[in-house]
Amino acid sequence: MRIGKNVGTVVCSRKDPKLDAKKLYLVQPLNNERNPVGDIIVAVDGVGSGIHETVFFVTHREAAYAIEGEVIPADAAIVGIVDDITGGNV
Amino acid sequence: MEIAVVTGTVVATRKDAKLEGEKLLLVRRADVSGSPVGEHYVALDSVDAGIGDVVLVVRGSSAREASSYAGRPVDSVITGIIDSIDLENTTTYKKA
Repeated sequence: MRIGKNVGTVVCSRKDPKLDAKKLYLVQPLNNERNPVGDIIVAVDGVGSGIHETVFFVTHREAAYAIEGEVIPADAAIVGIVDDITGGNV
Repeated sequence: MEIAVVTGTVVATRKDAKLEGEKLLLVRRADVSGSPVGEHYVALDSVDAGIGDVVLVVRGSSAREASSYAGRPVDSVITGIIDSIDLENTTTYKKA
């Protein structure tokens, strides 16, 4: 998983039925210093996260299983809201 | 997933039997304003997208989870037509 920040939203009214009622966030991946690194991606929200929150997300096939009881066509999904990070200075 | 813009169509008469009858579109990765920035690639279309549409594309094996693509040899499927994109409280793209 990687750390990122919800920096924006994407709205699609016409979409795959498996994505109905799913929230799509623009997620900016962050490095260990919490600075932006790499391209912004679009991720499905699996945990009720909000805009501007720091989150962690999965990519690739694992994202398809981010929502309990469903298999969705997603290659990136938010699976946790970060409260606090300690350490990581090594 | 990534943002992409539909730039063309691809026609293939001889193709894998599991792709019979499917529409192939040429797309190009785009930034948050819907402007093309990356390489062209071929994607299948599950939402009846057209040339010029800014779309959401699922890549990799998750693409097979798009409705009606289970068990098919695909790694890029268009799963949504984007109406709008907002970044840091500013609308960066809005469908015309």
